[in-house]
Amino acid sequence: MKLLNPGHVIDGFEIQECLHAGGMAHIYTVQYAVGEGGARRESEFPMAMKIPRMTAGDGAENIVSFEVEHQILPAISGANVPRFVAAGDLSRTPYLVMEYVQGSTLETWADNFHKETFQPGLHDRALARMGAELAHAVHSLHKQNVCHLDLKPANVLIRPNGKVVLLDFGLSCHAHFPDLLAEELRKAVGSPAWIAPEQVVGVRGDPRSDIFAIGVMLYELATSELPFGEPATAGGLRQRLWMDPVPPRKRNPQVPEWLQEVILKCLHPEAAKRYPSAAHLAMDLSNPDQIRITERGRQIKGTGFKEHLKRWLKAAGMHYQPSPLPSRQIKQVPILMVALPHADVSDATWYSLREAVDRSLGIRPGARLACVTVISAGDTSSTESDKSESSVHRMHLSRMQQWSQGLDLHDHQISFHVLESGDVAHALVKYAEGNEVSMIIMGAATHGLQMQRFVATVPIKVAMEAPCTVILVKQDVPFEFLGSLHEE
Amino acid sequence: MCSLSLKSVPRALLENSIVKIALLSDIHANLQALNACMAHAKAQGIDRWALLGDLVGYGGNPKEVMDMAMQLADAGAWILQGNHDEMAIKPPEGDGSMGSSSALWTHAQLSATQLGFLKSLPFTALSGPLLLVHASAYVPERWHYVDSERAADLCADHALQTYDARHVVVGHVHQQSVYYRGTGHSMMRFEPTADVPVPMPSHRRWVATVGSVGQPRDHKPEAMYAIYDDVAGRMTFHRVAYDHASAALAIRAAGLPEFFAERLAQGR
Repeated sequence: MKLLNPGHVIDGFEIQECLHAGGMAHIYTVQYAVGEGGARRESEFPMAMKIPRMTAGDGAENIVSFEVEHQILPAISGANVPRFVAAGDLSRTPYLVMEYVQGSTLETWADNFHKETFQPGLHDRALARMGAELAHAVHSLHKQNVCHLDLKPANVLIRPNGKVVLLDFGLSCHAHFPDLLAEELRKAVGSPAWIAPEQVVGVRGDPRSDIFAIGVMLYELATSELPFGEPATAGGLRQRLWMDPVPPRKRNPQVPEWLQEVILKCLHPEAAKRYPSAAHLAMDLSNPDQIRITERGRQIKGTGFKEHLKRWLKAAGMHYQPSPLPSRQIKQVPILMVALPHADVSDATWYSLREAVDRSLGIRPGARLACVTVISAGDTSSTESDKSESSVHRMHLSRMQQWSQGLDLHDHQISFHVLESGDVAHALVKYAEGNEVSMIIMGAATHGLQMQRFVATVPIKVAMEAPCTVILVKQDVPFEFLGSLHEE
Repeated sequence: MCSLSLKSVPRALLENSIVKIALLSDIHANLQALNACMAHAKAQGIDRWALLGDLVGYGGNPKEVMDMAMQLADAGAWILQGNHDEMAIKPPEGDGSMGSSSALWTHAQLSATQLGFLKSLPFTALSGPLLLVHASAYVPERWHYVDSERAADLCADHALQTYDARHVVVGHVHQQSVYYRGTGHSMMRFEPTADVPVPMPSHRRWVATVGSVGQPRDHKPEAMYAIYDDVAGRMTFHRVAYDHASAALAIRAAGLPEFFAERLAQGR
């Protein structure tokens, strides 16, 4: 398809300017064409049209990947993908019209980021915020049963408000649609620098492949280098089946241990040893202080030859399983949130909450737990030292840690959060929304359920407004009555 | 319907502007399941009905199902013959198998008109690039199953060579799947999710197996059928809950083998 001139009309869309003339497609800004009545329909947002370059000389893969995007884009929604407007018939006039998202790509963001010298405490936090936004965007895609499978800085767009939009679904995989890029002879599909080991051997549709790609991008941001370079051969690509990258801290000593811990966990050759969902990754990136640092985060030597040789031998016979539905896979590793009251609570209340949390974690082996308490803004003071924000928070954090002592936390990650707000219910709901929480566990009585007749109490407000399941825990028989029950 | 008396319906008769086609196969004299699927389909607006064979056999209401099929045929539906219909027309000499005893009973239930109708049914129907057939398009009267990627390849190749058809819809296997071609050379199997429209564009070659209305065998009792939207290039596979207890009662009342009744609740 040759370049179109401004003013050219296709199916009611008028071409404005050409934004991009790449090898695969031309992208133009468009507006609605003047209709029959002489009026022009206004769009609520700027629009872009993507037209594939399907000429006789183009490869079949180019055409197929446009078809894949043509199928997937209309099926996905939310703030993290461009809004879909229209699609042209593939055999007649193939095109896609979508929201033209204004913002800069992660490529540009990284260039600016790398211009400054890396300052611990500043750049690592900025990097973590960006990473958390990216992980949230990816999680929203996984919830819709789509794996992106071609995440790289050029396909990540950052809106002026910092929110991330993912672009280009040409290599993506929708679990409810036949995968046009799957082949009986499995081969790697994706961009060599960013694809996960399982993609190298042709496994498509595992959401954890996208987590690997996020790991590559975080590594690149932290060290200015790609963890596996840009392999040009099949052998070079296969290296990541067994090879650990050079630890980021070896390349840039300014990288804090927690960041290396996160990056290397994303880059684990085995998908099962990475973060089980992007929401878990976002949670860690939002709470760097609470990341448990292991040898992986501290090391600066890298994996030795012997270990690599062992893994190389193992990788030669590695067998990858096709993955289940992404939405089902991430549902198996939910984030549970417990709202812990902080004032006037009896031991029995804390005990009942702990029992409920233990039971819930017990049936969800991959779940992680966020313990949250809401204090009112008046509880802290900037003038009195014993009421300073950090000391009040510390006090609440240690109370929550004490509470968690009795939990059976085998294989579960846990973190603690103090929120300041005058509106407890609102704060809890907001937190659950922002952190992809799947279930809230809270006390019924402690948050005033018995007052429900007179006012809308916290548990009811949370239950009504929460984006997820809410379990209201009633106190077990209070301890003081236990003795009398036995006597009867 | 004179077209239905032909073994292969002429293309010209069928090339109307069809949008949504309801595809129902392997009804197996299960009136309750057929009614439930038809009600479900009607609610979505259907332009054309297609029954892909095995109208009878196993189930307890062959007369009623045949009445419905003949009504649909009068209204322009495509109705094909399946292997169980063939058996009901000319039941095999009592070999003692459950299938043949059911065929004998079915034969005895049907009127001469109904038997005549069954006999007149074609093996295939063709509408533009779309071929409908009960079993594989590879020698339809031999009833080959389309139950693997290799079988789908064979079916697709014969559909193209013999009928110039790029899309094939079949029944016979009692399961819902899509066989399609990706970037490779062979067909790949895809298992559709109920109620989610699957893109099946006209420029691609594919084979769909729509499952069984009257005797699902995937351990779920819900009846199976599909709707193909010719214009959007999408097929939606449905599962419909129906009164399988009544269907089982009809089988018991007819004195047919207990297993035919039992299997409906278990979907096996």
